[in-house]
Amino acid sequence: MITYNRFVLDNGLRVLVHEDAATPMAVVNIMYDVGARDENPAQTGFAHLFEHLMFGGSIHIPDYDEPLQRAGGENNAYTTNDLTNYYCQLPVQNLETAFWLESDRMLSLAFSKKSLDVQRKVVCEEFKEHYINKPYGDAWHKMRHLAYTTHPYKWMTIGDELSHIENAALDDVKNFFFRHYRPINAILVVAGNVKTEEVKRLAEKWFGDIPMGEKYVRNLTQEPVQTAGRRLEVEADVPLNAFYKTWHMDSRLSKGYYAADLITEILGGGASARLHHSLVKEQKLFSNLECYHFGTMDPGLVTIEGKLVKGVNTSDAEKAIEEELEKIKTDLVSEAELQKVKNKTESIIAFEDMSVMSRANSLAFYELTGNAALINEELAKYQQVTTEEIRDYSRKIFDAANSNTLYYNSKN
Amino acid sequence: MIDRKKSPAIHDAVEFDLRLKPCEQFTLDNGVPVYAVNAGEQEVLMIELVFYAGNWYEQQNIVAATTNFLLKNGTTNKAALALNEHFEFHGAYLNRHCYNETATLTLHCLNKHLPKLLPAVAEILAESVFPAEELAIYKQNQKQRLEVNLKKCDFIANRLIDEYLFGIEHPYGKYTSTADYDALEREQLVEFYSQYYAKGKCMVFAAGKLPADIAQQLNAAFGHLPFNTQPMPVVEHITKPAAEKKYQVTNDTAGVQAAIRIAQPFPNRHHPDFIKVQVLNNIFGGFFGSRLMSNIREDKGYTYGIHSYLQNHIQQSAWMISTEAGRDVCAATVAEVYKEMERLREELIEKEELDLVRNYMMGSILGDLDGPFQIISRWKNYVLNNLTDAYFYNNLQTIRSITAEELQELARKYLVPEAFYELTVV
Repeated sequence: MITYNRFVLDNGLRVLVHEDAATPMAVVNIMYDVGARDENPAQTGFAHLFEHLMFGGSIHIPDYDEPLQRAGGENNAYTTNDLTNYYCQLPVQNLETAFWLESDRMLSLAFSKKSLDVQRKVVCEEFKEHYINKPYGDAWHKMRHLAYTTHPYKWMTIGDELSHIENAALDDVKNFFFRHYRPINAILVVAGNVKTEEVKRLAEKWFGDIPMGEKYVRNLTQEPVQTAGRRLEVEADVPLNAFYKTWHMDSRLSKGYYAADLITEILGGGASARLHHSLVKEQKLFSNLECYHFGTMDPGLVTIEGKLVKGVNTSDAEKAIEEELEKIKTDLVSEAELQKVKNKTESIIAFEDMSVMSRANSLAFYELTGNAALINEELAKYQQVTTEEIRDYSRKIFDAANSNTLYYNSKN
Repeated sequence: MIDRKKSPAIHDAVEFDLRLKPCEQFTLDNGVPVYAVNAGEQEVLMIELVFYAGNWYEQQNIVAATTNFLLKNGTTNKAALALNEHFEFHGAYLNRHCYNETATLTLHCLNKHLPKLLPAVAEILAESVFPAEELAIYKQNQKQRLEVNLKKCDFIANRLIDEYLFGIEHPYGKYTSTADYDALEREQLVEFYSQYYAKGKCMVFAAGKLPADIAQQLNAAFGHLPFNTQPMPVVEHITKPAAEKKYQVTNDTAGVQAAIRIAQPFPNRHHPDFIKVQVLNNIFGGFFGSRLMSNIREDKGYTYGIHSYLQNHIQQSAWMISTEAGRDVCAATVAEVYKEMERLREELIEKEELDLVRNYMMGSILGDLDGPFQIISRWKNYVLNNLTDAYFYNNLQTIRSITAEELQELARKYLVPEAFYELTVV
């Protein structure tokens, strides 16, 4: 049970406080309701580029990192297709330093040309390091475009192409900031050895006078229901043939999400999972095989990906996967197998909750979904899933018409 | 109105009275030492068994790592699937890792399942059989994995720089080829397992919200096993650093980035300079605000990240600078690394920067002591390196008191270009 207090400032900033006297640290976590899905298709990668620019100085403070480090603190940030999260951890005695730094960059960035010039290059190197200069690095770029025709999930958070980052102009950056990085679109979570009254005082003091901004109303065109399977075959200078397949699933807050999460665990979670056992160990078709999902806010994807054992024909391997899927669509999983993945989920939640940073992050996430109280209701939702639901939901998603298949072949 | 230009008063982290939570110690009936940290709010724990079964002790390449990897793949009475199902049904994670001197088997689980899980861990340590079929699958899949990794410039660079530093024959410098996998025989694994696990030298580290009867539970599971009964063989390996210092390797003619490694051999934790150099290393390239990061990433944008660190070896360490940079700015990146060494040799570090690093390091240690797994990990490091918690307090004292002059002296002693191996791999 994770306890918290919640209040809202006059400018709309939602504040949650999680008190934990067992730690000498405080965590300050700010989640902004903006991700790669909110980008202009001609200017992708902006949400992530921002994650870099947010460390390039704010209107009154030339450098974010230095004062934080001086206060004994550390920080980081991440961007997903759905949201952007900034967090720092520091000795609780220096909590106010984090308020000073975070509130100033919410008030306004410095928008220095130098910072933009440098960070464009840094992000381009990040792009190269992870997506160009690695074997199979562009596979998900291709798969996203295959699986999504309309929804902005069709591009990756790093950006759809290098040129979008290279061409980012200061004015575009400013507009993006003042549209999304406003109190009304943000959630502040303070966790650790703190008191709610003190957090309230500091929040009023440092964030209270920041103009509210306009509530960002997300109005994305949703992906039309897929009615026919799509396939793509590519060749590249890679040593092994690889196989990727995705199916559309329900959104994060729908009931189907919990079934999908457990299905991917049954198929792909750990060495006793079905796909690994059958296709890697028994049939020896794949040298590795994973099954997981993108539990995104808008409807996401369930995926199976793996590299083939040399000499194995990809379509034979695909058929073997289909046979495994047929089993979960036809026969009820045993109660023991379902219990196994539920136990695993219980364990994952307990281990995540060990870290105060992870608790702060989760609180912000659930508040962003509209209801922080969900943080304590997750396990019960998993517990309610039945063997029939696993079968029925497998039937629903693992349908050829709902699938996207990518053969990523070795040129050699 | 508040003055946003003015920072709130800061409590200097160097003033904090940091304490390392003591570690309880006891022995099992067979003499196996147990180190335990009882802390945390969640009903979870970790049990780590450490064996002296690293690649230091193998006669043939990759035998130690393969033995470690296949521990979970079958016992006299249970096939791999049944073993994995047992742990996974109880929501537990059983991980294994092979290092140079040691190899580990680590269980993470909810407290309530521990009594069901410890006997299965014990079974693995007494009755693993290494089925030929499991080895065949492992060999095939590892060879394929290696083939993919050999396409990556960072993977190649990591292998080669260790070879230059320690020599290809040394456990810290050797690496694996397809032929090494082909040469693996089941009998080698069985023999290595018998000597270094089943009858090996073992110690146990436990952390979390430990149950009151943890000592009894551990003793019931492991106290009767024939650990620590035979003397460990004395194995010595001599490092043979390469004579040539500079290398440029082309692995992928179409590569858009180069992996850069610049490194020199460095003594281990028992050397009086080791702790002091940790402070110098932080300033140089040890954290986000370091000089390498500020200059090469934040000022020039040549790279997504650049880091320097001391390798975590027991016998002998190395001081390493590591980055991936755009191919066109690769030479410029290397030049800037040497410039930063020069600045540290030539100019005294200003008080402001040194104070910042002191506070950052203290805050970082404070944050790192938060949680039972972090605390036991520090203790494990001390035990395996034959240190005590005096090292912890010595470290704090050094961070608080080291002077700019001492740091400059260390820079002049170590940060000299001639001492470094330099490698770029495209």
